Order: sequence, then structure tokens, then C-alpha cells
Amino acid sequence: MTQASDFESHYDLVVVGGGPAGLAAAALAARAGLSTVLFDENPGVGGQIYRAIGSTPVADRSILGEDYWAGADLAAEARASGARIMTGATVWSLDSARLVGVSVGGQARIIQAGRVIVATGSLERPFPIAGWTLPGVMSAGGAQTLLKAQGMVPAGRTVMAGGGPLLWLLAAQILRAGGRIEAILDTMPRRNWLHALPHLPDFLLSPYAAKGLTLLREVRAKVPVIRVDGLEAAGDDRLREVAFNGRRLPADLLLLHHGVVPNVNLAMAAGVAHEWNARQLCFQPVLDEDFGSSVPGIAVAGDGAGIAGGTAAAERGRIAACAAIRALRPEAFVPDLQTIRQRLQREEMGRPFLDWLNRPADSFRQPEGETIVCRCEEVTAAQICAAADLGCEGPNQMKAFLRCGMGPCQGRLCGLTVTELIAARRGLTPAEVGYYRLRPPVKPVTVRELASLPVAEAERRAVEG
Amino acid sequence: MFRRLADSGSEVVLVVDGRPVAARTGDTVAAALLAAGFDHCRTTPASGAPRAPYCLMGVCFECLVTIDGIGSRQGCLVPVRDGMVVETQIGRREAGR
Repeated sequence: MTQASDFESHYDLVVVGGGPAGLAAAALAARAGLSTVLFDENPGVGGQIYRAIGSTPVADRSILGEDYWAGADLAAEARASGARIMTGATVWSLDSARLVGVSVGGQARIIQAGRVIVATGSLERPFPIAGWTLPGVMSAGGAQTLLKAQGMVPAGRTVMAGGGPLLWLLAAQILRAGGRIEAILDTMPRRNWLHALPHLPDFLLSPYAAKGLTLLREVRAKVPVIRVDGLEAAGDDRLREVAFNGRRLPADLLLLHHGVVPNVNLAMAAGVAHEWNARQLCFQPVLDEDFGSSVPGIAVAGDGAGIAGGTAAAERGRIAACAAIRALRPEAFVPDLQTIRQRLQREEMGRPFLDWLNRPADSFRQPEGETIVCRCEEVTAAQICAAADLGCEGPNQMKAFLRCGMGPCQGRLCGLTVTELIAARRGLTPAEVGYYRLRPPVKPVTVRELASLPVAEAERRAVEG
Repeated sequence: MFRRLADSGSEVVLVVDGRPVAARTGDTVAAALLAAGFDHCRTTPASGAPRAPYCLMGVCFECLVTIDGIGSRQGCLVPVRDGMVVETQIGRREAGR
């Protein structure tokens, strides 16, 4: 079992997140001779895409598919590299001096990093519909995690709704595992094709095209796909029905997905400058060609740098690691950057088409009425719009009005919705409205953990006199 | 809501709200509760509405439970251990634990 006492007080490179970007970065850096530690808060490495890659109980490889199993090589490479890999390790703080606050097994440490690569990946875009807080409603990514890590498949009447590659991949995985899906409610507006079409040639040249079409065919052959422009989860104490197009479908489980967005909390709390991505409808860090951020020594790689998928994430991790190696051990061998950049470019080619095609309709991003926006504090769309009309200027003032974004999830599930609602209401752009001001700790840390921080004699005397 | 493809890992027994609940090694607390058919794992401090795990990747904080006496732990990030004591959280009364 990993313990806080197992690690040093200084590392050349601290990597936060053990998905493809973090694993690839840590492997490269450690092999080049940088003292490297990788922290991941989950029980194992792999991130979300390769979740439980070393431990999944899903033995039949065809269920999760070969793209999943490709993660095993990345994990093995990182383990063999000499990088210190710490799972169950939650990073709750990072600052511009590259001090990293981390908790493992109930003990906290502050670690000085020469360089930091933030590889915290993505999270699913908020999907605020009426009833989305009911037990029985879950994100598609959540159901996929249960399948990968615990070999659990939905039972009972399962409905999926939304759009984007992950929704279709999960549907195929559930079917291959012998599960049943009553219906897929496709929320993507047909007019998205107008914006997507010009990018079709690039998409067809990308690795995603053939895979995507095969997946769609596989799922459509077995599951009715119904186009909807509105959606509601209904029930008293749990989900009972899904309402759409004037119909009501009895359901035990509703899986929602509208694509993924960068998980910005740690990078923002470290002071990394972010910008609005109008195509992907989310905030992303401002980065140079090596994925270096506005804070010296801190890079952001993987989907946290803007959504591009798992294979691209690994290449981005490698590019960020090369920059760290050049800065700290210029004499060490680094692989040919040009080749990595070319591979990355090929991976990213299909993105504009996928982004435009799967762009969620405004009504799904800017809900109305009694639909809950902030799940933690149970703040509705109507309340946020009313506060915006009263003159509330942005998400931070909105906290004072309504407490939205102040619950335990720290805005992760409402931040984008609140920004977009205020922008729409006040006739501004999301870039002008901005995002919640995030501060450490970005994950919960107990007082007992803080008290376990090693204290130098001089520090103790300064307080005790 | 969910069934297991196969009984992998070995059986461990948690104590949830005073009752024994079977789980498998490799489960997180949130996964074990879902597998055991728990409909919700907490009620909210604001309105008392029931909530169940939503994201299972550590970002939504819906799966907060009390584990071995420490409140508001993220059940989806904590692996199960034999004899682990888990309590579902009831609204405001236990939000500050």
C-alpha cells in the first residue's frame, strides 16, 4: 500500500493524472533520467479511457474493444520506466511555485516539483435536464466505469440519451456484454451537419472515421434510435420514466452523455490562464506548442489541454515531457519531436467534424425553469436567470447570490452551464463572463491530513514562540 | 440497476448502515452499493432529496458516504475492504461530519 512517507520532498517532474497523457509523459521523463512521480487519485492507473487496465474483470477482449486494451502497453511502459507511480493519491493543491499538495492514505505532503505536467483529463459536459439528479440517472461515463472496473452491466430497462463518440461506444460495449438498451435518444440537431460537412474530408482521413461508422452500424442494428429535441427524467424518489417527443418511456436507468470538456480545476487553481473554446464550448488552458502554460514550469497535457481523445493525449504527454527533459537535463536523449507532432496532428484531424456534429443544442446547455443547474446546492435555471436579470455580472458574484458552485463538486457539474446562462441572459460571450475563480484545495482534505504535514523546527518555534 | 458479468475477485463483506453487504475485491464503495441494489447513498443538505452515484470518477460528489467514521468520503474513489463500515448520509445533519 502506498504511503505518504514513501515519497521524496522534491522531484524533477510531478505528473498529476495517470491517464494516457500522464502515463506517456512519466515514462518518457523517467527514462531520460528525471526523478519522476505520477499521482492519480483512483485505485489504479489508466485514467477514464483505460480505466482499470491492470485489473478489469472483463476477460472477453471483444467487449471493451482493442482500443481499450492498447492502454496496457502505456501502463507497462510507465511502470518499467522507473517513474514512481502513486495511486490513491489525491492532489489537492498546486501553486505557481510548483508546490504540490497531495494526500495518500490519510496523510498529506507538500512536494516541490522542478516541473509539473497537469494531466487531469476531461469530465463529461453538464447535461442539465429536468430530473437529472434522480437516482437512476447517471452519466454514460459512470456506467462505462462500472463496466470496465467492476464488470457491471446495466440491468432492467436502460435508456441512453445525448450524443458523441462515447455514447455510441458505451452502447456497443453494453450490447457486446449481453446487456439490453430500450432506446437511444439522439439529441444532436440535424442542422449540426451544416457546420460539420466542411470538415468531413479531414475526418475521413482520421483514424476515427472507419471506427465510428462501424460502431454506429453495430448499435443501430440492435437498438431503436429516436431523435429528440427535449428530454426529461421523471419520478418521485427515483427515475421511473423518460419523457420526450410527447411520449413517456418507463425506465430504471437513464444514461446521459453530451461529450467531454477539460477538467480545469487544478490548472485554474494554479493560476493557469484559460480561454473560451467556441467550437468545443468550454474553457481550456492557453498553451504554447509544447503544452506549456502561462505559469512557468507548469504544462497541461492530454484532454485537459482541449479535447482530442486518448491517443492524442499520449502524444501531447510526450511533447510536454520532452520540454521538461530539455529544461532539466538537456544532455538526455529525447525522441524525435517532429514525428510525435505529426502523429498528434493526424489524431487531431477528425476533431472539428466530431465537435460540430456532436455540438449539443443550446436548449441542452442553457436549461430553463425549475431544472436544477447546481446539483450540490440545488439551484435552478430560473433562479440563475433571475439573478442575472437583477444585474449579477458573473459566476463569482452568482455564488454570493445563490451559493451555486459552492458545494462539494466545486462547480465541476455546473460551471459551464452557469457561465453560458449568464452570457445568454446578459448578451455577452462566455469569454466575457468568465468562469468560477477556483482555489485550492481542489479536492477535499481533512484537518487531520493537513495536521500530518511535516513541520520544520523553525516553523514550529515561529508559532509556539 | 446493474448486474455483474462474472463473480470476479474474492468476496468481502462491508457493514452498511449496520447490515452486512457482500462486495468483491476490486469494487469501490460506490460500485458495491450499486451492485447491492442500494437506490441512493445520501440525501442532500439543501432539500433532503435522495442522491445516487452519478459520475463514478470523482467529480460529481454525489456518492458521498461516511466510511469508517469519516464523513463525506467519495465512495467512488475508495476501494472496499473486508469489515469496512459504511454509512449513508442523511442531509444536513451529517453534511459537516
